[in-house]
Amino acid sequence: MKKSNTIIAGTVVAGAIAMQGTVSSAQTGSSAPAKSTEEIRPFKVHFSQSDLDDLHRRILATKWPDRETVTDETQGVQFATMQKLAKYWAANYDWHKCEAKLNALPQFITRIDGVDIHFIHVRSKNPNALPMIITHGWPGSIIEQLKVIGPLTDPTAYGGKAEDAFDVVIPSIPGYGFSGKPTELGWTPVRIAKAWVELMKRLGYKKFVAQGGDWGNAISEIMAMMAPPELLGIHTNMPATVPAEISKALASGKMPEGLSSDEQNAFKQLGYFYGKGLGYALEMGNRPQTLYGIADSPIGLAAWILDHDISSYELIARVFDGKSEGLTRDDILDNITMYWLTNTAISSARLYWETTQISTGGGFFDSRNVTIPVAVSVFPDEIYAAPENWARKAYPKLIYFNKLSKGGHFAAWEQPQAFSEEMRKAFKSLR
Amino acid sequence: MKKSNTIIAGTMVAGAIAVQGSMTGSSAQASATEIRPFHVNIPQKKLDDLKRRILATQWPEKETVADQSQGVPLATMQELANYWATSYDWRKVEAKLNSLPQFITNIDGLDIHFIHVRSKHKNALPLIVSHGWPGSIIEQLKIIDPLTNPTAYGGKAEDAFDVVIPSMPGYGFSGKPTTTGWGPEHMARAWDILMKRLGYTRYVAQGGDWGAIVVDYMGVQTPTGLLAIHTNMPGVVTADIDKAAFGGEPTPAGLSAEEKHAYEGLVFTYKHLGIYQMMAGRPQTLYGLADSPVGFAAYMLDHGDHDGEPAAAVLTALNRTSSANGELTKDEVLDNMTLYWLTNTAVSASRIYWENKGGFFSPKGVKIPVAVTVFPGEQYQAPRSWTEKAYPNLVYYNVVDKGGHFAAWEQPRLFAQELRAAFKSVR
Repeated sequence: MKKSNTIIAGTVVAGAIAMQGTVSSAQTGSSAPAKSTEEIRPFKVHFSQSDLDDLHRRILATKWPDRETVTDETQGVQFATMQKLAKYWAANYDWHKCEAKLNALPQFITRIDGVDIHFIHVRSKNPNALPMIITHGWPGSIIEQLKVIGPLTDPTAYGGKAEDAFDVVIPSIPGYGFSGKPTELGWTPVRIAKAWVELMKRLGYKKFVAQGGDWGNAISEIMAMMAPPELLGIHTNMPATVPAEISKALASGKMPEGLSSDEQNAFKQLGYFYGKGLGYALEMGNRPQTLYGIADSPIGLAAWILDHDISSYELIARVFDGKSEGLTRDDILDNITMYWLTNTAISSARLYWETTQISTGGGFFDSRNVTIPVAVSVFPDEIYAAPENWARKAYPKLIYFNKLSKGGHFAAWEQPQAFSEEMRKAFKSLR
Repeated sequence: MKKSNTIIAGTMVAGAIAVQGSMTGSSAQASATEIRPFHVNIPQKKLDDLKRRILATQWPEKETVADQSQGVPLATMQELANYWATSYDWRKVEAKLNSLPQFITNIDGLDIHFIHVRSKHKNALPLIVSHGWPGSIIEQLKIIDPLTNPTAYGGKAEDAFDVVIPSMPGYGFSGKPTTTGWGPEHMARAWDILMKRLGYTRYVAQGGDWGAIVVDYMGVQTPTGLLAIHTNMPGVVTADIDKAAFGGEPTPAGLSAEEKHAYEGLVFTYKHLGIYQMMAGRPQTLYGLADSPVGFAAYMLDHGDHDGEPAAAVLTALNRTSSANGELTKDEVLDNMTLYWLTNTAVSASRIYWENKGGFFSPKGVKIPVAVTVFPGEQYQAPRSWTEKAYPNLVYYNVVDKGGHFAAWEQPRLFAQELRAAFKSVR
């Protein structure tokens, strides 16, 4: 991971930029002067030993259900996988390593629209680096992006060229990780997108690009629809490209005639996800507060997180079965432990609820109206592999489209090298 | 609650009936049909552990709304948890259960627990009552006496029932299936085996929630001796209506006022399917329900009746410490939750959703006599028009003015009256 001395300069510049928006109305007590609300404070992670001991004790005291009545994953996260995870979590896992890794990076908190936003900000030593804001999703966090920081900010050390360099800004979504938990309504992806634009401006960036998968895709696409003049383009690894007629056909369950093999494949993947894999999202969308069990049970939380989608589950489960492709056990537990320690199981789930309130009834992957330049990388184990013709239709200014041979939903986390190379190629034309 | 001496006779009769099915090893044949008495006795350390876990709950922050639209509010859960840990007494319901004749018998390789109370009245009609999710035999405790001993409750001797109240496989004190195949159709067959094993050659069946689906399948399977069924969650919704409601489409044209009301109930129900989709798709992933008492309690409260979510009847019950007419109380809600917790059945009980191959509210093709009671707080209120189509041999249809999804639990007297009226014509 790269540490940059230029951060301090960045924060000073940012501190001088005037703040737009509605902060004051969301604040109680006007004693905080306007200037301090836009302050960018350095941030370090520290959890007390008693928090960690408590987690350890709870894992060991887990009350387990009996094992599933099948020999595969068709009933959910398998008992044997969870037991292996619990054993490693309690006996071998060390949160302090993750904490040290995070604290080796320049992290900050700044208040935007009434909520503290936590972010990692690493500037490249290359003065012409392209600023990029990378947004995680659920059940992800900034932990997903740690491995791409070096390759993106310091490309020459990772087989790239100096002119490929990025400055990276990696925020925690409100309600996630070390960002504040909204106590008022309205923190939809739209409001988050607005906050991200504000964040980039506050950091002094006059032009930037945005990247995201999962909720990070929704937020990046919505930012692109707002089309602030500073935003040159976006890259997505979970593009929303599903045409209206396909979305309709998915609701009815009948595959239309005449689809190409890519389209048929995407249709089947989406059909499976909407039909069988969406229970968690529906519950979070309608009744997030009812999920007390994942706030109270580390193993309950871990299983809920592992079961994001079938491919992700398989990618993760294999790690606990001793295979080493993609993620490590520590990667997975860093993320879960962070959710646990920050007690964000429910505050993060509320993003689904907030989105449900403004939903017009379409699917997660229905195409939006993004007219600025868009770059797409299709990872084969994503929830669905977007066909190129759908991407062209969804994004009239498609500047880059590439299909990769491996990687899934957590692309940056699983395949950081390939992901970083994608970023370099994707944004080359916008520099 | 009524204790009957005639139970022993019943078990002896039953013991003589040969078992059909899948027992391995012929030495087990004789004992497989055995009906063993059962008593509940939870070790104190399990109760202490539960209390400790409730008090150690890691809570989320408060919801960001002022109502229940994001789920069960934090204040509701904290109040319930406080009472559960400091005032609730499991031993009371344990004593109540143990004052009833309870048994275990093995059916198709699985131990089935049931309460069996015979009426003192000679011509009592045998009745099997099947609970659903997130219910249990706890739901039925208050109807036992009115049904078996009607003269003490304003009924007549000829209204009497013998009642059999089994715990569904994976629920309460029944065994947990370790292999697949225990869906509602299998349970329906098992209930007939149970009734025959108890020596009953003619009987009726009753159910709500999963119990309704189980008795519908019994009605389809038409085992010898099954005279009729009564359901308080009838399956009468045609495929086109079901599909439209599932898709949240506007009310179809041409529906009558009561059909329209039913349609709205279905739309509401289908909008709140998250917990059911998890149980149907990924029940094993619900480790948090097995490990967190408060997590499980919230999940159960959020059952999602047409009556609101959580159901108004259950929320009202949380503020009711005693009731003169048998309305649901806070202790009863906790009796049921504690039973799930102590038997560690949160996940095993969910598997019926995964196992189910048919619909929830769809007509199953029942041709035998059916009686229906429509409760106003049920998921949807089955209109007579749909009900007559779904059940061509409808012998009783009545809309009552109170009670919800847990009808027997919420309105036991009314429920018992309904069963008397419902089955009068088939005695």
